[in-house]
Amino acid sequence: MPNNRAWIFGDNIDTDVLAPGRYMKGGIEELARHCLESIDQRFANEVAPGDYLVGGRNFGMGSSREQAAQALKHLGVAAVIARSFAGIFYRNALNLGLVALVCRDVGRIRANDALEVNAAAGRIVDKTTGETLRCEPLPAHLLAMVQAGGLVPHLEQRFIRSMENR
Amino acid sequence: MLAHPQTLAEKLVARAAGRSFVRAGEIVTARVDLAMMHDSGGPRRVAPILERLGIGVWDPARVIVVTDHFTPAGDSESARILDLTRRWVAANDIGHFYDMRGISHVVVPEHGHLTPGLFVVGGDSHSPTGGAFGCFMFGVGATEMAGVLATGEIWLRVPETIVVAFEGRLGAGVVAKDMMLALCARLGMDGGDYQAIEYRGAAIEAFGMEERMTLCNMAAELGAQVGLIAPDAATTDYLRRAGTDAGDVATWRSDSDATIRTTHAFDAAALAPQVAAPHSPANAAPVTAYGPTAIDQCYIGACTGAKLADLHMAAAILRGRKVAKQVRLMVAPASLEALNRATADGTLAALTEAGAILLPSGCNACGGYGIGVLAEGEVCIASTARNFKGRMGAASAEVYLASPYTVAAAAVAGRIVDPRDLLTAPIA
Ligand code: SF4
Repeated sequence: MPNNRAWIFGDNIDTDVLAPGRYMKGGIEELARHCLESIDQRFANEVAPGDYLVGGRNFGMGSSREQAAQALKHLGVAAVIARSFAGIFYRNALNLGLVALVCRDVGRIRANDALEVNAAAGRIVDKTTGETLRCEPLPAHLLAMVQAGGLVPHLEQRFIRSMENR
Repeated sequence: MLAHPQTLAEKLVARAAGRSFVRAGEIVTARVDLAMMHDSGGPRRVAPILERLGIGVWDPARVIVVTDHFTPAGDSESARILDLTRRWVAANDIGHFYDMRGISHVVVPEHGHLTPGLFVVGGDSHSPTGGAFGCFMFGVGATEMAGVLATGEIWLRVPETIVVAFEGRLGAGVVAKDMMLALCARLGMDGGDYQAIEYRGAAIEAFGMEERMTLCNMAAELGAQVGLIAPDAATTDYLRRAGTDAGDVATWRSDSDATIRTTHAFDAAALAPQVAAPHSPANAAPVTAYGPTAIDQCYIGACTGAKLADLHMAAAILRGRKVAKQVRLMVAPASLEALNRATADGTLAALTEAGAILLPSGCNACGGYGIGVLAEGEVCIASTARNFKGRMGAASAEVYLASPYTVAAAAVAGRIVDPRDLLTAPIA
């Protein structure tokens, strides 16, 4: 199996399959073990750090639970690429430092293709097919936050700065 | 004519951003009037982040905490989460704490917190419920909530407005829930595109506040950021009963020449009761399209489907009838206040005498967190908002969504039936 491979899911992947309610009491390790299990038994066991999750329309619809994004990050998913995202999931992913990219051509990516993603440039290279796909680049202020590791490290920087300026 | 015609959504965001007007598409930073959290996404998730930042809550008087997801504690882990919630609330001098008083989206307006014009964030995806009161209220995750608690601000892209208009009058036995399921089927779960949905029309104006809350609540199922209804006399009356002055409600409506992205117009009179098949609210079809689908469990609960008006609907079907032998009917009134009022007006007795089992006021089985969950392969019909795979318990369980009328009718018949037939039939 190549590294940085693509896991393909369809439209309307919801937060209940990403982070099932019956495991919400536990920690993120337990929740991540059950991530997507009701539609794909293999994913949580076999996904490797650096892999990409490719979804269709309205990825992450449903609840505001950010464990849906956190579980993917915990499993080492490098980015979620989808045709479109549900608003709350999109904000949660970026806030947690998980890259979320909107790409109209996700249908061209096949399961297990090896990908190379450049979020700043808005470019995905499918190394298996040799194709280059465009995606919407992240706005600069969001990219800065994701690169800082998410909202919390970003706020840490802000509060440290304001303390130093005092 | 106004110099800058604006939608209701634009007016609400402009006020919170300290501007005289904003345009859809702009990215702005807004001051938050109120922040609402519950026991699942609240203190247990935000406290560690605030500690890491070494910062307290920006304005504890503007924070509302409600326990509803893990109440009452059914195991030691739930008890631990509730305990840390209570301790955090006390330690941080949080302004408003509703401990086991019901579901956040219902308890907060019942106590008069949501007045027209406010900008509110909630740590739950059904937070758009507040739009029924003319508030710009939307859901965020815990990290973003921690950011709000630290700074009192949040960035957003000013949403465009999609108008959903229901003209005419609904038929007997057809309610807000049916409108929403039909909308999910028609527009899809991303039809709202993280924009603002504004509900208009004679059928909406005729609704009381609880039916309006159901509409705005399920704007979440359409993927909208907010669901909005311009406040009017019904809003003022509700808030007066809750002990609050609604203020000048006339300010909070879209200007007639404001820019609307799309308008979807419907004839309310043509709508039939709807049922959504597993595993999506968008799998909705008129109840008449369903064959005899046998049911194991009927569930009347959730912020969407167990407010006082919802309990009245269930009672209209169940009064003088009995729940079918092979079926279990569970009712979890959405709040303590709904429970008390349903007790006082005889609604509750009509339900329990028919054979309903009463569950505590809270989320219970709706999100699969609490009691009333389903076994593998079981079939349930519920007045809740979502029927995603595995949400209400086992992954192979099947959940149908419908109005409280239709759920109650299924409880009597033991299968999915048209509730209108029971509403008109004499009681045997
Ligand atoms: S009742 Fe259900 S939909 Fe409403 S807040 Fe609770 S879990 Fe969410």
